[in-house]
Amino acid sequence: MAAQGATATRSGLRSALPLLAPAYLWLTVAIFLPLSAMVFFSFMTELSLSGKPWAFTLGNYAAFFSQSLYLTLLLASLRLGLEVTLWCIVIGYPAAYVLAKVLKGRSREAIFLLVILPFWSNGLVRIFSWAMVLREGGILDTALNAVLPFKINIDLMYSYPAVIIGLVHSYVPYMVLTCYLTLQAIDDSLIEAGRSLGATRLQVLKRIIIPLSMPGLVAGAALIFVPVVGSFMEPRILGGRTGTFYGTVIEDQFVAVFNWPLGAALSFILLAVVLVILAVASPVLRRAA
Amino acid sequence: MRIPRLTILLTATAVFTSALTLAASAAEVHVLNWKGYGADEPWAIAAFEKATGNKVVNDFFNSEQEMLTKLRTNPGLYDVVMINAAFNDQAMAEKLIQPIDVSKLSNYADISPDKAGSPMLDHDGKVYGVPWVWGLTALAINEKSFDKPPPSIAVMWDAAHKGRVVIRDDAVEAVQFGAIATGQNINDIKDMEAVKAKLTSLMPQIKTFWSSENDWNQMVASNQIDIGTYWSGSADRAKTHFKLPVSLVIPQEGAVAWLDAFSIPVGSKNVEGAEAFINYMIDPTFYVEWVTKVGAPVSANTKAVAALPEDAFNRKVMGDPEVAKRIQFQAPITDAQREAYLALWQQLKVDVK
Repeated sequence: MAAQGATATRSGLRSALPLLAPAYLWLTVAIFLPLSAMVFFSFMTELSLSGKPWAFTLGNYAAFFSQSLYLTLLLASLRLGLEVTLWCIVIGYPAAYVLAKVLKGRSREAIFLLVILPFWSNGLVRIFSWAMVLREGGILDTALNAVLPFKINIDLMYSYPAVIIGLVHSYVPYMVLTCYLTLQAIDDSLIEAGRSLGATRLQVLKRIIIPLSMPGLVAGAALIFVPVVGSFMEPRILGGRTGTFYGTVIEDQFVAVFNWPLGAALSFILLAVVLVILAVASPVLRRAA
Repeated sequence: MRIPRLTILLTATAVFTSALTLAASAAEVHVLNWKGYGADEPWAIAAFEKATGNKVVNDFFNSEQEMLTKLRTNPGLYDVVMINAAFNDQAMAEKLIQPIDVSKLSNYADISPDKAGSPMLDHDGKVYGVPWVWGLTALAINEKSFDKPPPSIAVMWDAAHKGRVVIRDDAVEAVQFGAIATGQNINDIKDMEAVKAKLTSLMPQIKTFWSSENDWNQMVASNQIDIGTYWSGSADRAKTHFKLPVSLVIPQEGAVAWLDAFSIPVGSKNVEGAEAFINYMIDPTFYVEWVTKVGAPVSANTKAVAALPEDAFNRKVMGDPEVAKRIQFQAPITDAQREAYLALWQQLKVDVK
């Protein structure tokens, strides 16, 4: 029996191999190799494309701990990640609920299209269009002053809120999509059963809908949190004076001073911190689910 | 039936593509430069292509480091590269650029001797860079915010302009700007603490850090800023080409001067075309047209500057001996200095958050 089972698995694997090979080949070439090269770089004293001598060192990792600057920025970036994720949940989850449970047919398709639409435009274009909206004398300022009876001055450009707005706009579709999938899978009869047994709407939400859609929420949060913590383009363009974050400092190391070893080391510290956060959070979230 | 047909199709495509590549690479000059900086002007490319039969292919960089990285990672791709003289040393030491036979450049003799003889470009009697243009990193003002140009750099710290001041997001430029504001030699900063203190007090004034000409011009066009550090050629371009209310100010404390030069990378496949292109770039005809149509820094070619109208900014102001006394030319910077400057700059940016 056991031998038969093993053969079955093996032949299953063999027939699956042609299907898996392209993806794994691609992952090896496009992700594993460059990433291993970066791990290697992060332990070098100097990146020697020009044949200068170099040695192995832990100094790049030590640099993170020797200056308070990097830790301050890492905390600021983590806070940014949390805030953006939170806003994405606040905005994205109700939208996903309406899409999954309230709207049907054509109107659902139309709203869905509107949610996905930002994905079809280039990220940089989206950020620059926010610049036109948010600045003093920009679209938002002009429009509000045209409608309101009193004069207000809106200049959100080059500020922390501008960074949040830009990032939430870029990432909210992820939350809508992941939550939509899990919300749609909830059997309507469960909700009806809860209601007929006397649960209030709030209780149904708390005891049935949120727990059952938790996997989507968690997946969405992870998909958003990780890239936002490392983001550099949005803070740089929208943040102005306040737009220095962990991601922008890593970018500077690669672009401004050609210190790839330090840039790589800083990136892996970020990766480690994010993995630890996800590892600590996952049992808690699983229990909640 | 199907397979042979596919093979034929694939072979035909391959042959066709390689034929195209061959034909294209015959006389291409690959140029690496800042975007919108002379070498990519369509009228100039058209004139050069018509005169020499070479096809110009432009590629761009956003920082000197990016330019060096592109040279390091693409050996043999580029034929001409524009390098700030302060980086020429490093590029030569890394064997990224080769000596240039200046006897092939008919315009080289007209380059002003102090630029052509610059120790930053000539090594062991060989020329590694042909001086092209020079200019200043000075201040530029939004003319709507000032009745008359401010004489001193101190205006950047003036509370009246709080939140309407910009500075480039570049550690070296920022530190050298701080050196000028504290009356020091930009190439030999003795009192770094003074520079740090001066820049720390500047940070609350700042609206944002600009990184490209486009950033600067957009902010002036929407009247968001009053004053900021800017490049002389860019200020000229903003006024001439984009019709913006921008004018350059050379403060009494001085300004940072830089010299841009053309080099030929090691492994260039079309050295002859590269020489022809560099010669065209330092030609007075090209320069006058560039200044008139677009706006440009000051040519290193004396005949080219002399061909400008007498009251032209690049001839009158930039050629003024009084200005020459105030400006300081950038010398090469070591990697260690650059990293120290970046650390200082990042600390300043974090402290102001």
